[in-house]
Amino acid sequence: MMDELSNSPTIALKAAAATPDRVARRLQGLSDRTLAWLFISPTVLLLLAINIFPLFWTVYLSFTNYRANRPNAPLRWFGAEWYHRILSDPDIWAAMQVTARFVVATIVIETVLGFALAWLIDKKFRGHGFWTTMILLPMMLSPAVVGNFWKFLYQPQIGLFNYAISFLTGVDPSSFQMLGDVSLSPWAIVIVDVWMWTPYVMLICLAGLRSIPDYLYEAAEVDRASSWRQFCSITLPMALPFIMLAVLFRGIENFKMFDMVNLLTGGGPGSTTEVASITLKRQAFEAWRTGYSSAFAVILFVAVFGLANIYVKALNRVKSR
Amino acid sequence: MTSANAAHSVVAPRPLTQRLAGAAVILYALVTMIPLVWIGLTSFKSPEDSISYPPKLLFQPTLEGYCNLFTTRTRQTPEFIAKLPPATSTCEVISRSRNMVIAGPSNYVPRFVNSLIIGFGSTVFAVALGTFAAYGFSRFKVPLADDLLFFILSTRMMPPIAVAIPIYLMYRELGLSDTRLGMVLLYTAVNVSLAVWLLKGFIDEIPREYEEAAMIDGYSRLRAFWKVVLPQATTGIAATAIFCLIFAWNEYAFAVLLTSGNAQTEPPFIPIIIGEGGQDWPAVAAGTTIFLVPILVFTILLRKHLLRGITFGAVRR
Amino acid sequence: MRTMRACLAAALTAAGFFGAGISGAAAQDKQITLCWAAWDPANALVELSKDFTAKTGIQMKFEFVPWTNFADRFLNELNSHGKLCDLMIGDSQWIGGAAENGNYVKLNDFFEKEGISMDNFMPATVLGYSEWPKNTPNYWALPAMGDAEGWTYRKDWFSRPELKAEFKKQYGRELAVPKTLDELTDIAKFFQGREIDGKKVYGAAIFTERGSEGITMGVSNFLYPYGFKYEDPKKPYHMDGFVNSADSVKGLEAYKKLYDCCTPPGHSNAYMQEDLDAFKSGQVALQMNWFAFFPGLYKDPNVGGDKIGFFVNPGEKTVGSQLGGQGISVVAYSDHKEEALQYIKWFASDAVQKKWWQLGGYSCAKSVLNDPNFPSTAPFAADFLKAMGQVIDFWAEPSYAQLLQAEQKRVHDYVVAGQGTAQEALDGLVKDWTEVFQEDGKL
Repeated sequence: MMDELSNSPTIALKAAAATPDRVARRLQGLSDRTLAWLFISPTVLLLLAINIFPLFWTVYLSFTNYRANRPNAPLRWFGAEWYHRILSDPDIWAAMQVTARFVVATIVIETVLGFALAWLIDKKFRGHGFWTTMILLPMMLSPAVVGNFWKFLYQPQIGLFNYAISFLTGVDPSSFQMLGDVSLSPWAIVIVDVWMWTPYVMLICLAGLRSIPDYLYEAAEVDRASSWRQFCSITLPMALPFIMLAVLFRGIENFKMFDMVNLLTGGGPGSTTEVASITLKRQAFEAWRTGYSSAFAVILFVAVFGLANIYVKALNRVKSR
Repeated sequence: MTSANAAHSVVAPRPLTQRLAGAAVILYALVTMIPLVWIGLTSFKSPEDSISYPPKLLFQPTLEGYCNLFTTRTRQTPEFIAKLPPATSTCEVISRSRNMVIAGPSNYVPRFVNSLIIGFGSTVFAVALGTFAAYGFSRFKVPLADDLLFFILSTRMMPPIAVAIPIYLMYRELGLSDTRLGMVLLYTAVNVSLAVWLLKGFIDEIPREYEEAAMIDGYSRLRAFWKVVLPQATTGIAATAIFCLIFAWNEYAFAVLLTSGNAQTEPPFIPIIIGEGGQDWPAVAAGTTIFLVPILVFTILLRKHLLRGITFGAVRR
Repeated sequence: MRTMRACLAAALTAAGFFGAGISGAAAQDKQITLCWAAWDPANALVELSKDFTAKTGIQMKFEFVPWTNFADRFLNELNSHGKLCDLMIGDSQWIGGAAENGNYVKLNDFFEKEGISMDNFMPATVLGYSEWPKNTPNYWALPAMGDAEGWTYRKDWFSRPELKAEFKKQYGRELAVPKTLDELTDIAKFFQGREIDGKKVYGAAIFTERGSEGITMGVSNFLYPYGFKYEDPKKPYHMDGFVNSADSVKGLEAYKKLYDCCTPPGHSNAYMQEDLDAFKSGQVALQMNWFAFFPGLYKDPNVGGDKIGFFVNPGEKTVGSQLGGQGISVVAYSDHKEEALQYIKWFASDAVQKKWWQLGGYSCAKSVLNDPNFPSTAPFAADFLKAMGQVIDFWAEPSYAQLLQAEQKRVHDYVVAGQGTAQEALDGLVKDWTEVFQEDGKL
């Protein structure tokens, strides 16, 4: 960045020579307010058209019995009926529980693993830059396309995953099915998510670790604090805001999770891995209960938005400490 | 990030610690790469080898998966095949050995073209809009700027399926269902929020004095933006563009719900490649490999910018 | 301002680029797209359609989607009023929704003008694939592909003396094509885990798929013979005591028993393709599948020919087979309706129907099926006629997808995930279905 700047010395010199009042005059001549809106409005308009207007439409539809596959049917006002039904529907709560378990399990594992990796990489062994990149590869790929391939890896007998487990533990590879077993399939989706997204948590933690100033460790070293004490009293607290950020981002993403789970298990067996987005998709684009699914969508949005806001408040408290 | 390069003088880890840490990280990296390597290997297997038990590490490589990926085939009797003129391509030889004849090209290439057009189209739009907006937020006093910025970011929190419901209805009314233009607009809208946030950070770092000096030189504000700010922000724009491109390239939920053929991209298409009886795993692996390679190359070549981009969005807030 | 102009120009160029893509597709007037599932008969149709192109000069394009995504994808396409498909070979259950929501072109006038009579097609197929409301002369499709659920078995294994002897010792009867579903389960159990030619084999490949319609189709084939009824024949949409009758419960339990004892490992999410794989790779003795695949299976180099046998879904208390199959319809949003109708007219002719059957498609035309030689044209032809005589279809209501989803969930939760009892599953199903019909104002 600095190299590029030094390439334009004349401008820099002129900037230094400029007197404040001349600048002020020049700026006043151009209506900044107009310009600002000129710059910002295309984005805002696009978002209004493709994000906000649809959002309000969703809210409106959620009070009706509208069905996208029956555009000609008479529209009836339903009031808060859908909300009432959804919130008292055990299937919906089951889906929310599946989602919550998935989110918690992935976050815990990804955070522990991601932080550990970041901590190890921060030791700056030779070639750490290259290996960091290698670790990153899974998160750059399409969760749908790669998730689909995991279905192959999970096949009993022919799949590599079962074979590897049997190679390591001696269990018969056809004796367990990651995707077909009620108790294993939740872990099957967690494993793929951890595989894909641990690098993301690792990166954010790494940024956190690298933001810790050296003098803190130097001071601790002077005090002859043990490395365990250093870890607990410097590394962890200083990196905590970053860890919390990573948790926030992964939490939001996994709350919305659709593509990978849809391709891997489709919500099965039974409904054991039916996360909220899959329920929503089934209601909206298979059963075509647009009103009902709009209400569910609003509930999901309020939930994620509310939780995220509460979390951000907590995060800010940690940061300001 | 720059502090990362400063030596931990007193606290530099001991060589043994470094070596152990290195070994652990490398082990993890190798394990996570196994599935990717397996995709590549499977794409060169014959269908029999791909589903053999135990899984085969050594096998006779064949191009059958790639042939099957790019063609559609119909089964014929051996007598019918014997009467045909000699095969002219490797793929024909392979398919005839299976009592099949090539009936025509598959949909893989058109879907790939869709992925390219929609990916690059939406990236160009998102980055262009994002640059303008980021500059606006960075340099001008915008009323309610913080609220607007938060609003822009919060549009990313909505589950894609929830967004897709009204978009589906809206596109139906506008005739944008299953069109490339519709998908470009949608991906632009999704990406622009990220682009604004990333680019605002990059532009904030460019000292205002440069433009001000240019304006004293007689440049208009727009000209200063064009001639001074944009060249300075190239790196940031490039990093943002890569992010937008990767998102659009990988996106599945909108694509599967809002396209059915004309504008369908690869992610919803690859999982439904099937052969005669069951999923044709070598063909799927071949399709996956071709689809993933550009991203893998991008990631490795541009890792510095990418790293900055990923942590950037996080660290700023 | 020059910048803005440049940007505007760029935007317009880009828009022109996309626009060009769209109009480019529209320019090819003489091309129509046919949408169907990706399976053996579709390949036969591609072959057959070459004659149409040769005769009319109209190019044919095809969009085939695997069965597990078929309804999902193409109902989405129809509901989005998309123009991808000009001709749709849509599933039998879609007919109610497609007719009521105006997705298909009504064909009565066209049939009359072209002299196509529904009397020339087998009654079960006209009822199943063309009519809405059912049993009224309102036609939305031409019966294109007759289909029902049947079974295949390994004839070569069934005729091995040592296996025959052992089976007789264990069960006191010959190892032969089962006459009841109970017998079928015995046979599956007999083969489960057995070693044949040094390979471990399993009993039966059945439908257990969760995402689309798989397990419902499989379970239905057990429920119907056990005496399941969709509704009170005297009181439409009243299901209590019919859907969840004691007979139905027995049928569902029998299906779970078969699933638990006698399926290959990893069979928790299997539909047509997985079953084909299991059978073709020599893993199973019995396979539940659609007649549509039988021509392809018979030609299979590994398990076809002498090694394969076919049979109609066995009875129990009564008889019944799940109806499959589709009619061909013209999509209401198509820009090429004329060409599409031309295709249907061509397809309806006797000569084409005859070739259709020869290539591996199941014609519904009486001219083909009532031919005295028909039963001898293929080893499964006679069984096909028998199956089509006892078919029952799932709901074809406009809300069919919702009804299907409910059954998918209830029976998969019970059969595969092992939650609750059969009675609870079917009671729950009655509750779900009642709610759907209440929402529709039919109850």
